[in-house]
Amino acid sequence: MLYLHPKLLLALLLGPPLIWLGVIYLGSLFALLLQSFFYIDDFSGNIVREFSLATYEQLFTRANGDIFLRTSVMAAAVTAAAALIAFPIAYYMVRYASLKVKAALYLAVMLPLWSSYLVRVYAWKLILAKEGIVSWFAERMHLTWLLDAVLSIPVIGGPSLSISYIGSFLVFLYIWLPFMILPIVAALERVPASLTEASADLGATPKQTFRKVILPLAFPGVVAGSIFTFSLTLGDYIIPGIIGNSRPFIGQAVYQFQGTAGNIPLAAAFTVVPIVIMAIYLTIARRLGAFRAL
Amino acid sequence: MRSEAAGQARHGTRAGLSLKAGALLGVAFLHVPLAFIILYAFSTEDKSFVFPLPGLTLKWFAVAWDREDIRSALSLSLQVGAVSTVVAMLLGTLAAAAVWRSKFFGREAISLLLILPIALPGIITGISLRSALNLADIPFSSFTIVIGHATFCIVVVYNNVLARFRRSSPALIEASMDLGANGLQTFRYVVLPNIATALLAGGMLAFALSFDEVIVTTFTAGQQTTLPIWMLSELVRPRQRPVTNVVAVFVIAVTFIPILLAFYLTRDTHEVAGSGK
Amino acid sequence: MTKPSGIAVKFSRVSRHFGAVRAVDGVSFEIQDGEFFSMLGPSGSGKTTCLRLIAGFERPDAGNIVIHGANVEGVPPYQRDVNTVFQDYALFPHMTVSGNVEYGLMIRKVAAAERRRRSQEMLELVKLESMGERKPNQLSGGQRQRVALARALINQPSVLLLDEPLGALDLKLREQMQEELKALQRQVGITFIYVTHDQGEALSMSDRLAVFNQGRIEQIGAPAEIYEHPATAFVAGFVGVSNVCTGELARRLTGSAQAFAIRPEKIGMIAVPEQGPDGWLSITGRVRVVTYHGATTRYAIALDGGGELAVMQQNAGDGAVFANIGEPVKLTWSRHLNQPLAEGT
Repeated sequence: MLYLHPKLLLALLLGPPLIWLGVIYLGSLFALLLQSFFYIDDFSGNIVREFSLATYEQLFTRANGDIFLRTSVMAAAVTAAAALIAFPIAYYMVRYASLKVKAALYLAVMLPLWSSYLVRVYAWKLILAKEGIVSWFAERMHLTWLLDAVLSIPVIGGPSLSISYIGSFLVFLYIWLPFMILPIVAALERVPASLTEASADLGATPKQTFRKVILPLAFPGVVAGSIFTFSLTLGDYIIPGIIGNSRPFIGQAVYQFQGTAGNIPLAAAFTVVPIVIMAIYLTIARRLGAFRAL
Repeated sequence: MRSEAAGQARHGTRAGLSLKAGALLGVAFLHVPLAFIILYAFSTEDKSFVFPLPGLTLKWFAVAWDREDIRSALSLSLQVGAVSTVVAMLLGTLAAAAVWRSKFFGREAISLLLILPIALPGIITGISLRSALNLADIPFSSFTIVIGHATFCIVVVYNNVLARFRRSSPALIEASMDLGANGLQTFRYVVLPNIATALLAGGMLAFALSFDEVIVTTFTAGQQTTLPIWMLSELVRPRQRPVTNVVAVFVIAVTFIPILLAFYLTRDTHEVAGSGK
Repeated sequence: MTKPSGIAVKFSRVSRHFGAVRAVDGVSFEIQDGEFFSMLGPSGSGKTTCLRLIAGFERPDAGNIVIHGANVEGVPPYQRDVNTVFQDYALFPHMTVSGNVEYGLMIRKVAAAERRRRSQEMLELVKLESMGERKPNQLSGGQRQRVALARALINQPSVLLLDEPLGALDLKLREQMQEELKALQRQVGITFIYVTHDQGEALSMSDRLAVFNQGRIEQIGAPAEIYEHPATAFVAGFVGVSNVCTGELARRLTGSAQAFAIRPEKIGMIAVPEQGPDGWLSITGRVRVVTYHGATTRYAIALDGGGELAVMQQNAGDGAVFANIGEPVKLTWSRHLNQPLAEGT
């Protein structure tokens, strides 16, 4: 009988997940954002539940501005590098690899995507450590001078790879790379072979075909992947905590505020920044067709 | 999937050696650090990450197994993973069925809502849940961990099941009813077998995701320690490094298996499980 | 298996809307027991919706539907004594051919041995005896079609609905299946209700057919009746090819302004100086287009004084064309072959 009442059936199907997500997830998000309009009383250290923009004012200090800048620049750098590295890999997988090789590569990329986040971060700590593999390798290849030169670059260098922006950049790049590869693979697969053939038929060289036909069509995949790399870098607090200097990223700042400091309003206000950034990013991405590539 | 012949027909020449080498190396490199971890689990040195390894031993595996804190963290991770997966499978399938069957206003909004918990940084999800639970005066426990995990696992199951639904014909349900089966019978004999492998694959991925998750878990746990939480504290304040490595090896093994299974279950379909988060 | 003879399906002023679109608009008709009844029309004409209304997948917004004397309002599909062969066959991919065929019996809790026996019987009926253990994806289109047929027939429905079942098959196979379906229907003796947009199919298979257009039935009747005496310009044009003569052309030809249709094959072509038989209409013109269709050749004749008529001739002789492009011809035919068309069609 439910069959004859499609609306009722729809309500029954959609209801539970919607209620769960609406209440638990959206509700919590809303509760958090609500708290950003409260503020901490300086004397008692308690949260004052009155509407105020005082907490938001705190976002505009120099130190906090640095945090936002630092995180955004890192996110952008990681995204750009990931796109550059992921594209050839994805291109090879779709256009050249035989079925078996492609399946193996696909699996190989998928495995780290879904598992072992901490393990892989941890692994890099081992590798980048001062007495670790990279140093050993540099020594063997007589490239220690190169390593030292890299480490002495101002701002992004540091005492060792595991305590520097370069280090955190490398780790971010490594961890998020699968997130970039797979959407590009999906987008490239959606480009029918007949299009490249048509382009060749109309006189274009392989390079031109790539630039004018394949690249634009694969671009939504790149944008889709970039959503993840950008967003995940923006909010991550573990990687910069384990591999990086002590200057905080957004994620770490939020973690500190809500933790021992108990400054939930400031933590909440801080999270608004990446949310706003991502909202803008997602709108642009949608315009560029990334949602169809997800 | 295109045949190999077609693949080569698409390009008169095979891939340049540099592209091929680069791609294969790149993907291999994704796994090299994991290989190192596994290697270090056999190291005799327990104070630093010195390379090359001073010696090899199996003793740390025994030590790890004896540690009570590791065993209870593992047990909690498994329990939380199991429950979250079941909840996610239920809710994800319902949502997928709803989106597939009906064209209703706000369909795109639903997809966005489902993907938000995974698209927004974990810390945002984490502290939202934490402060909401605080406000509601709900104490932190395994239950709250499950709430967090299930929330971001729903979309994983949803994607897989929806992709499978999209490949099947709506006429199948009508055919079943036409032949005398009511709604429940249709679900049991026609719908469920059809989505079974996709549902299972989604569940496997959800389990792997839950087992590995640390950020949201940190915020929704009370005194409980899941395996990733244990590992994180070890990373910050190491006690016995090789033991941490042993646990890492174990985590790799436990999460690889569901993913392999999910891939295997859906590999001959066009929508391979896990192709997008 | 004696079924009461009488009316299998009766529609009384049935309507179904989808938003502003009137898919079925006040349709009434009766289908006799044991008939092979076709519902013919272009896409969107309402024929498929009518089929789905009978099956129970749609509910009418107005009017009522009676199946074998019982009003089926509110009766879900799984409780109707009606089975459907779907356009894309809708075979359950996870079951074998036998599993598919037995499905209806399984739902009704028929014992396994009995199910086996009857499904094997059915498979023999559709000439697929050895395919029982195969999966649908291992079968060709024509074979899947037969499985769908067997799956529906095994339940011994009083009415079988077929929704453009031959659309996906190539021409030769389609023609073969048409013959088989017709023979099957005679053998099994139940009412077949067949939806198609292919007028040739409908004409060759049906006992009676209904021509649908924009949610309404323009004409119901036996194939010859519909073909020879189309009631409206739409029917004349949709079922077969027809010339439709109205207004000034009609007056020139017959002396009255009554619109009429005349089939191209009814028009004879003679040389200009010759005379047609007494009392026949005639008109001269020039050949504008000649198209060769194997068994027939079609001519578009531009008439002296304006207008155009299509003429079709059988290539009975050695295939020479009667006249080439640009040559003058005279057309002649008997007045009684003109089919008067209803006003405003």
